[in-house]
Amino acid sequence: MQKVLIHPLYVRIFHWINAAAIVTMIMSGWQIYNASPLFESLIFPDSVTLGDWLGGGIQWHLAAMWVFVVNLLIYLVLGIATGHFREKFFPLGPKALFHDIWAAMRFKLGHNSHDYNAVQKAFYIGIILVMLMTFVSGLVVWKSVQFQALSWIVGNYATARYVHFAGMTLICAFIIVHVALVAIVPSTLIPMITGKAKPFPEKENSHVA
Amino acid sequence: MLLKPNSSQKLLLPRTKQVKNIERRFFMGRALSFGALSMLAGCNVADDSKAQSILDAMSRWNDGVQEAIFGATNQLATTYTEADITDPFPFNAYYSEDKAPDVKEEGYKLELTGLVDKKAPWTLAALRALPQQSQITRHICVEGWSVIGKWAGVSFADFLHMVGADTKAKYVAFKCADDYYTTLDMASALHPQTILALTFRDQVLPRKYGFPMKLRIPIKLGFKNPKHIMSIEVTNEDRGGYWEDQGYNWFSGT
Ligand code: HEM
Repeated sequence: MQKVLIHPLYVRIFHWINAAAIVTMIMSGWQIYNASPLFESLIFPDSVTLGDWLGGGIQWHLAAMWVFVVNLLIYLVLGIATGHFREKFFPLGPKALFHDIWAAMRFKLGHNSHDYNAVQKAFYIGIILVMLMTFVSGLVVWKSVQFQALSWIVGNYATARYVHFAGMTLICAFIIVHVALVAIVPSTLIPMITGKAKPFPEKENSHVA
Repeated sequence: MLLKPNSSQKLLLPRTKQVKNIERRFFMGRALSFGALSMLAGCNVADDSKAQSILDAMSRWNDGVQEAIFGATNQLATTYTEADITDPFPFNAYYSEDKAPDVKEEGYKLELTGLVDKKAPWTLAALRALPQQSQITRHICVEGWSVIGKWAGVSFADFLHMVGADTKAKYVAFKCADDYYTTLDMASALHPQTILALTFRDQVLPRKYGFPMKLRIPIKLGFKNPKHIMSIEVTNEDRGGYWEDQGYNWFSGT
């Protein structure tokens, strides 16, 4: 059977560059965090940090930052311009969301990559907002004087550090859930690489996630 | 300027640490992001120096971006009230407090070199006789902690003009009694909140905070605020810095 394109090329390019950039930013961010921990009992082990010392961690973080930000902005512009977000992430009403959360809790939530379910839509919109918030707070941590106009969103240098940390935490939580869901429904993985899947509807598309 | 007292271990010997950890570490780092990112950059995963040169190039690129941002926004740092001042205010340097240089006022003269018309050295008394400017601002350390302090002294822009410095020169470089050194871009040196601080909280700047004087520049990270200044050079050569030469970003604006 002829396969159809379900993930446009730019979405796939964005996605995998983003995954690499995010991992780099988190691991180098932990290195930076360790130089002055926000929470006394929380220090990241050397084995999961990147950059070898604070200076190296900063170099990685502020290099990967460009990859992360440019990639994300291209995705957002194209996602809006091509109607990708409108088609795949919307409509998203509370009714559909509660219905799908309830279904998911009973392991009865159907999944197909052509048409994201409401839980997925909420997750994807949510993670994009979290990434933007992490970006904005990062700008204030980086340039608290020059970007003080952003302080009404994330506060001053000291509070922006907490917002930035919270963003990292939410991204980590997202990755755990997201990757776990891919492990549960591994048939979604190949299309995220090749872009193609069997046409919808298909038996395998309506399996239980 | 750099070290939080209880985390000094971590930063005292960055190079040593780097060497020591280089094989043991990075495994995860390499496997995951290093590989992934350097793939994008088209470089060999196993090639450390290539990765380092990309990181160095990015750091220089970030210098340029910061210079552009600074030129475009040119904000004043937020000022605070007496009640906001951090007490006790931390000592911080690449050595412990008892190693802080003990500069004596008698015999001390601030040297001026490079592209400066009037190179006559300055005594503290002469500097105190100039108009003084005070500020309560946030000192942000590259490590991530920040504290609020009060400094007063001579406007650095006024001082540079007074001594006939060539303000078209690119850099102002500092040499300190503790062998510390750093270089600032001229635009930041001329910022209205950059001062040659002679006091801390209305008292003569104590030894632990940089006697006889410290450059207080709230639009830069702490390590760009040299203490125990012995000489100032106006120059078109980048003289680097104690931490900058080890890998901290050169511009390090806030
Ligand atoms: C390395 C681990 C990751 C794997 C294996 C993975 C896998 C996938 C897969 C298979 C899909 C398609 C889901 C479907 O068709 O139902 C997807 C979509 C998505 N993933 Fe990931 N992902 C990873 C990391 C990340 C990270 C770190 C983020 C962001 C922080 C992220 C954000 C997204 C978003 C926003 C989408 C929706 C893309 C769109 O349709 O525009 N992923 N991921």
